[in-house]
Amino acid sequence: MSATPPLQDLIVCPNCDAVYSTQQPGFGERAVCTRCHTVLIAPRRRAGAQIIAVALAGFILVLAASVFPFLTIEAGGAQNAVSVLDAALVFGGGPLVLVSLGTIAMIIFIPLLRVMLVIYVLLPVVADRPPAKHAAWAFSLSEALRPWSMAEIFAIGCAVALIKVADLAQIAFGPAFWMFCILTVLVVVQDSFLCRWSVWNSLEKTT
Amino acid sequence: MQVVGMELPRKDDIVTARDIGVVGCQRCTKVWPLGTTRCTRCGARVISRDRLAYQRVWAWWLVGLICYIPANLYPMLETRTLIASQADTIIGGVLTLMGHGSYGVALVIFVASVLIPVGKFLAIAFLAISAQRGTRSPSLQRMGLYEIVEYIGRWSMIDVFVVAILSALVQLNALATVTPGPAALFFGMSVIFTMLSAQSFDARLIWDAERR
Repeated sequence: MSATPPLQDLIVCPNCDAVYSTQQPGFGERAVCTRCHTVLIAPRRRAGAQIIAVALAGFILVLAASVFPFLTIEAGGAQNAVSVLDAALVFGGGPLVLVSLGTIAMIIFIPLLRVMLVIYVLLPVVADRPPAKHAAWAFSLSEALRPWSMAEIFAIGCAVALIKVADLAQIAFGPAFWMFCILTVLVVVQDSFLCRWSVWNSLEKTT
Repeated sequence: MQVVGMELPRKDDIVTARDIGVVGCQRCTKVWPLGTTRCTRCGARVISRDRLAYQRVWAWWLVGLICYIPANLYPMLETRTLIASQADTIIGGVLTLMGHGSYGVALVIFVASVLIPVGKFLAIAFLAISAQRGTRSPSLQRMGLYEIVEYIGRWSMIDVFVVAILSALVQLNALATVTPGPAALFFGMSVIFTMLSAQSFDARLIWDAERR
């Protein structure tokens, strides 16, 4: 690169610092860093509307999945059905209450918050309006929270728990378990549809 | 799906942002002149190479390791049935499961609670040391390792969730009860701290080490 092109035409790979002059790929194509293979840009047609739809579905699922029982147990006439809230609250009392709070946060609160942030950021973009107030901050927060949203890990935890006590008592999945399974798929879909570069670009253009 | 490679055909032709005196935002990939401290597009802190990253990596790494010790010494679960009471540590739980013949679940717990955490400590240490000292191992492989660490680290939480689920579920009065042990807290903290350690690492340092 002999003469440096204007800075706004460049893109830097966040993982390996390689510089490229930005070429907007077409819908369904991906711009990949040749050095470290990080996907830099991956636009999709009508991704915004699709992501909002998926996020809304996710919002309802998290709320429902937190109140319905996800496992029921029966042994010798005694019976018990637990919801996510029950599971998160068992650590009550003493320092173990921290585990309760962390569990609620990672399975319910953070997934809910992320879904709401994504809708808040994308709704004005999709509607061709100027970005919402503090949209950049909201999108940053949503991205920072991504690794801490652990609903899908909880779903696997349910399955492990079921097998663990299978010989102790009769156990069955409740409705919330299946909601968590669907939620897992939705989270994956939402993350793969979302092109971060496109979002940042649209937030900038309209300001 | 078609893949579009970006300009710059040959691998040894790669130009880094530092080479041409600019700095890229690691959050939104926007380019700024060297010396910019904050990206005005996304609000992230911008820095060409963060030398302090190593200190943060090692600090979180060490706290995570310290928490991992009591996580293995204290019981994770206490099971009380009509005839017996049993407190299981992580390893003890795996052995109990194997004793019952549930090898599959034993494997899941062993991988999530022993293999992944220990592997993570080693992987982060290797990445940090190799980036600090320079190395001949290929950058692309070390980048792959870093991505695996970032992706897989969260899955260790599975054991904490299983403890939470079992403790809530198995409350059958006199018949059988399960209560969580202190190891659940330490193990959860260890997972969180190692995740923070991995996040503190600046992936660009992996690629710098190759040139030395």
